[in-house]
Amino acid sequence: MTPQEIFKVLKAKFSDALIEPTISAAGGSASVGYAMQLWIQIAPDRLKEICLFLRDNNAMQFDYLSCLSGMDYSNGTFGVVYHLASIVHKHKIILKTFCTKDNIHVQSVSAVWGTANWHEREAFDLFGIIFDEHPDLRRILMPDDWEGHPLRKDYKVQEFYHGIKVPY
Amino acid sequence: MLQPPTLPTDYTVKQGHIKTSTGKTIRTEEMIINMGPQHPSTHGVLRLEIVVDGEIIVDCIPHIGYLHRCFEKHCEHMTNYQQVIPYADRMDYCSAMTSEWAFALAAERMLKIEVPERVEYIRVIMAELQRIASHLIAAGTYGIDSGAFTPFLYTFIDREKILDLFEMTCGARLLYNYIWIGGLSHDLPPKFIEQAQEFVKYFRPRIKMLNDLLSYNEIFVKRTANVGVLPKDVAVNYAVSGPQLRGSGVNWDLRRDDPYSVYHKLEWEPQVGKGEMGTVGDCWDRHIVRMREMEQSLNIIEQALAGLPEGNVKAAIPKRIRPEKDAEIYVRTESSRGELGYYIVSDGTASPFRVKARGPAFVNLSVLPEIVKGAMIADLVLIAGSIDIVLGEVDR
Amino acid sequence: MEFIQTLLANELIVAVLLSLLPLVFIIIYALVVLYTEMKVAAHIQDRVAYMRTGWHGLLQPIADMLKLLQKEDIIPDKADKFLFRLAPIIAFVGTYAAYAVLPFSSIFIGSDINLGAFFLIAIGSLVVVGILMAGWASNNKWSLFGGVRAAAQMISYEIPTALAVVIVVMITGTLNLQEVTIFQDGGIGNWIVFGGPLPWLQKLMLMPFTIITLFILFVSSIAEVNRTPFDLVEAESELVQGFNTEYSGMRFAMFYLSEYANLFTVSALGVALFLGGWSSPFGSFMSGPVWGIFWFVAKAYVFVLIQIWIRWTLPRLRVDQLVYVSWKVLTPWLFVCLLAVGLILVL
Repeated sequence: MTPQEIFKVLKAKFSDALIEPTISAAGGSASVGYAMQLWIQIAPDRLKEICLFLRDNNAMQFDYLSCLSGMDYSNGTFGVVYHLASIVHKHKIILKTFCTKDNIHVQSVSAVWGTANWHEREAFDLFGIIFDEHPDLRRILMPDDWEGHPLRKDYKVQEFYHGIKVPY
Repeated sequence: MLQPPTLPTDYTVKQGHIKTSTGKTIRTEEMIINMGPQHPSTHGVLRLEIVVDGEIIVDCIPHIGYLHRCFEKHCEHMTNYQQVIPYADRMDYCSAMTSEWAFALAAERMLKIEVPERVEYIRVIMAELQRIASHLIAAGTYGIDSGAFTPFLYTFIDREKILDLFEMTCGARLLYNYIWIGGLSHDLPPKFIEQAQEFVKYFRPRIKMLNDLLSYNEIFVKRTANVGVLPKDVAVNYAVSGPQLRGSGVNWDLRRDDPYSVYHKLEWEPQVGKGEMGTVGDCWDRHIVRMREMEQSLNIIEQALAGLPEGNVKAAIPKRIRPEKDAEIYVRTESSRGELGYYIVSDGTASPFRVKARGPAFVNLSVLPEIVKGAMIADLVLIAGSIDIVLGEVDR
Repeated sequence: MEFIQTLLANELIVAVLLSLLPLVFIIIYALVVLYTEMKVAAHIQDRVAYMRTGWHGLLQPIADMLKLLQKEDIIPDKADKFLFRLAPIIAFVGTYAAYAVLPFSSIFIGSDINLGAFFLIAIGSLVVVGILMAGWASNNKWSLFGGVRAAAQMISYEIPTALAVVIVVMITGTLNLQEVTIFQDGGIGNWIVFGGPLPWLQKLMLMPFTIITLFILFVSSIAEVNRTPFDLVEAESELVQGFNTEYSGMRFAMFYLSEYANLFTVSALGVALFLGGWSSPFGSFMSGPVWGIFWFVAKAYVFVLIQIWIRWTLPRLRVDQLVYVSWKVLTPWLFVCLLAVGLILVL
């Protein structure tokens, strides 16, 4: 199924969860045989049911979550990008959700795909995005008592960590 | 004093009582053991916190991050996309060619560059040689984990020949900076093709010898068959990839199912585990999938060497790399460990806005707590070894 | 014995000197077998080892010994200090005491007791106590694992060893190792592994069972000394170094030495029981009291070489598989052999 068809099915079922009525393109035009990757934007608090639908629906069967990335758009907006794939049907789709710095909550999909557990922990660790209903949200790459979220654009590294001077 | 991290929730060890035949009660308690960052067999700095009841594992919590080198943050401060390539090398240092290739492929697709066919063929040859080298390390260290010290030395002899080929081409044995965006840093030296063909001829019987020495050894089979079984649906749900996924019986190989480069022109077969010595998806299946993949890689190398076209490997390397604003791409390739993906977002400047590296070892390791429950400590070592992690990729 | 007594007219000093002879032997033998092990391992693994100290590394074991002697003696803070210090001594005492009953030659045996083989097996259990103590006293969970596994392993494998000894005792009628060797004197045909000095028909019927028994004794002796494929006690890939983890310097050297000494002891037991001890395989050619020492040590050394060879080839067994092998494979086979040998001897 192409992204446009998937979008049509989703809009029919979850029209209130899709923020914009169209698919947003990533700018530029397709060429050289690789279509530019189109994404579907979803509200941050309706993620789980949409993902469950995408995983269980027979025509789509997105059973493989390739990648889950946190994003900091440096204008107060944070986002999470989901790259889904299907081993059965061999198609791909991209989902995006956005949230603001003041309300940095996104629904967790770790109940849908087990792999989201560690990916969401990493997004929390490096960006500070809080995933609701995550079973075990704590830092994964940084030490447990580190201050701050390193991949944010306005991150200032801490001076001292347990008495060791951090800036090199 | 640095306080080590503790178990996630308020974990209390379970205590119990056993009544003996004489009527006395013995108090039992679970034990929390640390297979700490320094350990001869965790393949790097990985900390496994294990809760054991005697020798049976009740729970296992991996703690990673000891090798976190802030790859993604570094990428945002580069002044040129080409500068990321040496950093990509160092993520999966046992399989550097495939790491470089994935990033170069992502950048090329974003910039809509088409590389000459000679470049594609050479990249395929290098990646398959690298795959063999990486699987040799996996097989050798797996032997050491199970107590057989000799296969490790034999695999490293073979690996030296591959590293000689790499050194001949780009001057480095382990971290190459060879596959650039748009082409390669050096063309193949004159003696490369015959030396590579010699290697192919030399290595084929060595795979059989390694199988006889290790894979089909009765004791090794007893240690690895029916141990650490990873069922198909759990594997797909946890987005496991590479030999680990194929060992569980899922016929999924990105070189065939999401094709890139010239793999569709060459004849080869992805290897799938069939549960020959035990259940489908046990450690033996994963190990034998790796051994058989090495053979398939030899086939690919032979065909690629035979069909190598002429051309200039530096013809398509761009002078300035400046993608459009808001261009973003996610590209996934089949590295030695599984699906290596790069998600690059550009903001129109010469440095990337965001690079996310999806390391296969990171995802493959996340399934470890699920498959070790009920195994013994001796099995834990073998299960962790069969996942074939490289901590550079887990922690990035 | 009498010769030295004429030199020093004091029985106590003579006794002490003679009891130190095996110690000298152990040390020299440990150096030799250390060198052999490293060189054999290297050649199996397609590399060379030890080329720099002395010609082809012959002086390396001495260098290793000197290094271990001058290391700092570290005792972990929370370790049980008394047991920590006692453990290597007990392990070494257990191994060394076994040398009292080994028949090195027709005129030299430390203590000619009528219970030789039984004493050897019994005193070997002392090593288990030493290892368990080391595992506990180190205050290290991994060492504890090693110690507990060692206890399970060595206790399980004493059964096949004892049963194999019983089979030999049935054929020879005595537990005295010196008399067992004298029983087999007179050439290779008289060795118990080939049936012993009995009439032809009985020999032919006994031979398959004695060969199986020798094989099982060999396997369980590898398990007694904690070598691959039974070395999960000190499995480097799992337990860092097992019960040895916290030991360094001279204490580690004592464990190491006792492991190699034990290796020789169990090989020597097999040799004395099955392969004719100090008697020459050619009958009266090359036989005599001094030749006896040569034959005894050479035969035991062949066993040691085979054990080294196996160590660098095979992977290791898991603890439950190991105990399974002992109780459900080796012991039933030995019962079959016991029955068969008994029947054949009665007929």
